[in-house]
Amino acid sequence: MTLSASSKRLSPFRRRSAIPGFGITLGVTISLLSLVVLIPLAAVILKASGLDGPGFMAAGFSPRAMAAYRLSFGAAFAAASVNAVFGALTAWALVRYEFFGKPIVNALVDLPFALPTAVAGIALAALYAPNGWVGQYLAAMGLKAAYTPVGVVIALTFIGLPFVVRTLEPVLRDLSADVEEAAASLGAGRISIIGRVILPALGPAWLTGFALSFARGVGEYGSVIFIAGNMPYKSEIAPLLIVIQLEQFNYQAAAAIAVVMLSASFAMLLVINTVQAWARRLSA
Amino acid sequence: MTISIRAVEKQFARYPALRGVSLDIEPGELLALLGPSGSGKTTLLRIIAGLEFPEAGQVLFDQRDVTFASAAARQVGFVFQQYALFRHMTVAKNVAFGLDVRKAATKPARAEISRRVDVLLGLVELGGLGGRYPSQLSGGQRQRVALARALAVSPEVLLLDEPFGALDATVRKSLRKELRRIHNATGVTTIFVTHDQEEALDLADRVAILNLGQIEQVGTPAEVYDNPASAFVCGFVGEANRFEGHVENGRFVSGAVSFPATTASGPKLGFVRPHDLTLSVGEEAGFDLHIDRVIAQGPVIQVEAKTTDHRRIDAAFARQDVASLTAGTTIRVTARKAHLFDPVA
Repeated sequence: MTLSASSKRLSPFRRRSAIPGFGITLGVTISLLSLVVLIPLAAVILKASGLDGPGFMAAGFSPRAMAAYRLSFGAAFAAASVNAVFGALTAWALVRYEFFGKPIVNALVDLPFALPTAVAGIALAALYAPNGWVGQYLAAMGLKAAYTPVGVVIALTFIGLPFVVRTLEPVLRDLSADVEEAAASLGAGRISIIGRVILPALGPAWLTGFALSFARGVGEYGSVIFIAGNMPYKSEIAPLLIVIQLEQFNYQAAAAIAVVMLSASFAMLLVINTVQAWARRLSA
Repeated sequence: MTISIRAVEKQFARYPALRGVSLDIEPGELLALLGPSGSGKTTLLRIIAGLEFPEAGQVLFDQRDVTFASAAARQVGFVFQQYALFRHMTVAKNVAFGLDVRKAATKPARAEISRRVDVLLGLVELGGLGGRYPSQLSGGQRQRVALARALAVSPEVLLLDEPFGALDATVRKSLRKELRRIHNATGVTTIFVTHDQEEALDLADRVAILNLGQIEQVGTPAEVYDNPASAFVCGFVGEANRFEGHVENGRFVSGAVSFPATTASGPKLGFVRPHDLTLSVGEEAGFDLHIDRVIAQGPVIQVEAKTTDHRRIDAAFARQDVASLTAGTTIRVTARKAHLFDPVA
């Protein structure tokens, strides 16, 4: 008895699966992605393509725009770095210890997810202004947080913290106590265990948390504009610059800045994903 | 190194895990801690390793009190049930870990470490796989890596927690032989935890049987099998038919079952191993068994049967002793050997 080879050939786009619903789930996914992500992004690029080369350079790479990119990406990077450290400590404390008020701390971590960003911005601005609760002591030391790039970093740190904590938490919980005990029984001290065993195992998740926090920071608008002071060339973020261009009906310039940001963000996420894929292969 | 455990007690939140356990382990010995789950065997192993600390009692390594010494300070090799390998390190790095983390003064040279890693990987028959990551190995291979890693620090004691628990039967058997071979080659005092009596009896020099946080018996596999010290040991090690009854006029009687007994009269728990049941000959008193099923496999014929009062009995006969047994017939048997214990109050 022979089976004819051609009788059961399926479409090359789809492998046979026992799980139903492939058509509808992928269909809805692609429709929604198109409507919500792809078409608006295409529109941005289309709008920017109305500019000729020099015009695009002038709008997208003007000194003011360059200063805004530096601030947006720089501050987001700084904030994500701060979050990577403190988020890891927070996740560690939440996973490893039982303490009084843990549910409250747990809820506080999620607050930046839920709080309207403008509320956070106003609160932070009030706190860090030279006459605010924290700002007055900083001012006494000759430091100025609000209305400077430092203020931007503070706002972005607030916004990005939960990304690191919530990404690391499940991985830390998953990291069995066995592995640490094995290291201890082999003679490793606390520092060695953390440095050689725990941190490397956390690597991929850590990078993901950092990337999410960073990506969130690059795009953040609401909380930043209240605390940044928004001085051109100094404390003006790129998203705000886009809004300013839009308010002046300068749609093509706004689109040009958006395209530059889009390309930069895309490039960075690509790099981070590549590193992750490489790291994940080791820890499969 | 002699390990002495003196009256160790350990309490977990709700229940006592160990209730006054004392045990001496001789240098170079291969000892099994055998018991059902919840008997405290793993807790005892972890206390010896320094991963858990007792509420009372002492742990002595060669008369040196290490009760509260850290795991790192004890020079023990520990092998975990789930291997606990470092997933981000190669096999060679895993094995070298214990040497790599040493302080500069006692750390061997790089070449020495890599030579030792090669020797150990050879010992566990994983030569040439040093560059792989744990995710690229099978379960049995991972367990060998864990073993090599534990041996790398030249431990005075090797402790294994259910070392073969997560492996399939074939791999388990071959690793068992391997562990015996490695034990013979290194001579390191070895203690392993298992709930599998066959594994314990097969592998260990001596077996310590734990139940409910206490040691029931310590002895060679033959001793615990032939002369169980308690009803628990008798029922747990090897198969046995269990009867509740009493001894009267030199006979143990339990319903329709009766066989000769030498103990004093009174209520008793009787255990008879399947192969200690023999066909009763002539006028010798015995009891009847109704045969339900005959499993004629290999040199031993196993029989599932019922007493006349409908209790299930397992029996085993040497093939040459019983010419033919068929299901549905009745045979008369007696016990050539039985273990009798006072019932627990």
